[in-house]
Amino acid sequence: MSESRRRIDELRAQLGEVAPSAALADRGGVLVDVREPDEVAQGTPIGALRVPKSFIELRIEAAVPDRDRPVYVMCAGGVRSLFATESLRALGYTKAMSVAGGFSRWKSEGLPFEVPQVLDASARQRYGRHLILPEVGEKGQLRLAQSRMVLVGAGGLGSPAALYLAAAGVGRLTIVDDDVVDRSNLQRQVLHTDARVGRPKAESARETLNALNPEVRVEALRERLTAENVERIFAGADVVLDGTDNFQTRYLVNDACVKLGIANVHGAIFRFEGQVSVFHPASARGTAPCYRCLYPEPPPPELAPSCAEAGVLGVLPGVIGCLQATEALKLVLGVGRPLIGRMLHYDALHQRFQELSFDADPECAWCAPGRRVETYQHLAEVCRT
Amino acid sequence: MTRATLRLPTPLRAFCGGSDELQLDGGTVGELLGTLVAQHPGLSGRILDDAGALRRFVNVFVDGRNARGEGGLAMAVPQGAVVTIVPAVAGGAS
Repeated sequence: MSESRRRIDELRAQLGEVAPSAALADRGGVLVDVREPDEVAQGTPIGALRVPKSFIELRIEAAVPDRDRPVYVMCAGGVRSLFATESLRALGYTKAMSVAGGFSRWKSEGLPFEVPQVLDASARQRYGRHLILPEVGEKGQLRLAQSRMVLVGAGGLGSPAALYLAAAGVGRLTIVDDDVVDRSNLQRQVLHTDARVGRPKAESARETLNALNPEVRVEALRERLTAENVERIFAGADVVLDGTDNFQTRYLVNDACVKLGIANVHGAIFRFEGQVSVFHPASARGTAPCYRCLYPEPPPPELAPSCAEAGVLGVLPGVIGCLQATEALKLVLGVGRPLIGRMLHYDALHQRFQELSFDADPECAWCAPGRRVETYQHLAEVCRT
Repeated sequence: MTRATLRLPTPLRAFCGGSDELQLDGGTVGELLGTLVAQHPGLSGRILDDAGALRRFVNVFVDGRNARGEGGLAMAVPQGAVVTIVPAVAGGAS
């Protein structure tokens, strides 16, 4: 008998084994599939935790904090799972047991399994730094791949946001912008290039994003967002990122997002200052505010900051757009605490962030519970440069 | 009478000599803004409407809390508070 064979027998005798049906029947236990991703891709028990054997010691504590919980370890044939069980016992998982016969026996006994959606080798390589984050992992990465985000504006805010969202592997990005690239945009709108001056921003954005990540489906819409097209464009989106440059569109984005129940990740900038917030009344009706709860009305044209005088530090939209992208990713992944009912105010000159909190307005004309508004309000265009 | 630090947003700085921060007296948001517009009358219409109410595109935060949901102009301003005026800003794409 070979040395390895002797060791396997020894472990089997020492640790004991459990039949697949017994592992399935224990509702209080957790089944861990320790096979490699390409094996798991062929089929795996429904609901099993998927942690390759080489990562088991590193990831088990986050996945199963309770060391007294029964952990049923499964591999293909019941051998690798013995070694993984031994490691788990050494970490204090006293009820860790190897599943006899592994997945082949599980399958042959007709126990339930699924062929999971998995990332291919290229995606695994591209998103490796996400995959090792417990808050993202393969499940989160797949969720991003299945998500759709709409970016209103491919300018200062939309540029950094779109770049990071494409890099992160968001499955579908819809870019709405009716403008063309101007040389004066290039000081901050990093999606575009000097060679693309005069071309539509939406198309330029698609070109840059496709070059960065060909896996992402970029839909370039050379349109201005209007009351007539907004619902068609937003329908089915998980998140909308507002990076526009005028109040008319901002109120329209808000109103459509409230009506359709979509999260509105808001960013706005002026010279050296920026504001970021998430408006999402559908997440907690009556508690989570919308844009109108914070700013019930836009300023009249004579009090709006003059666009000609405004100007903006080129890097400022980079900071604010990246914060918007962060919030959008958090919302889709369902991690952390979104900026709902909070605004992050950034002052670049003081290099200072201030968190400001605000409530839903019980009298809000658009999102208050029981309120039902049918038509979008038309606002006079205040400022568009 | 309590004294607070008032932080002014960029669009309003031109109306108070370019200051971004002022030390002002006022026990409530209304009193504090009263002191402000008395010193810098050009700001008045940009923060308060003709009836003296807070304009609907401007928010005032006392130590990070929006006054709008906490009594508005009647909200108390504690000694040493940081009061921040934040107006609606549209910029982003341009």
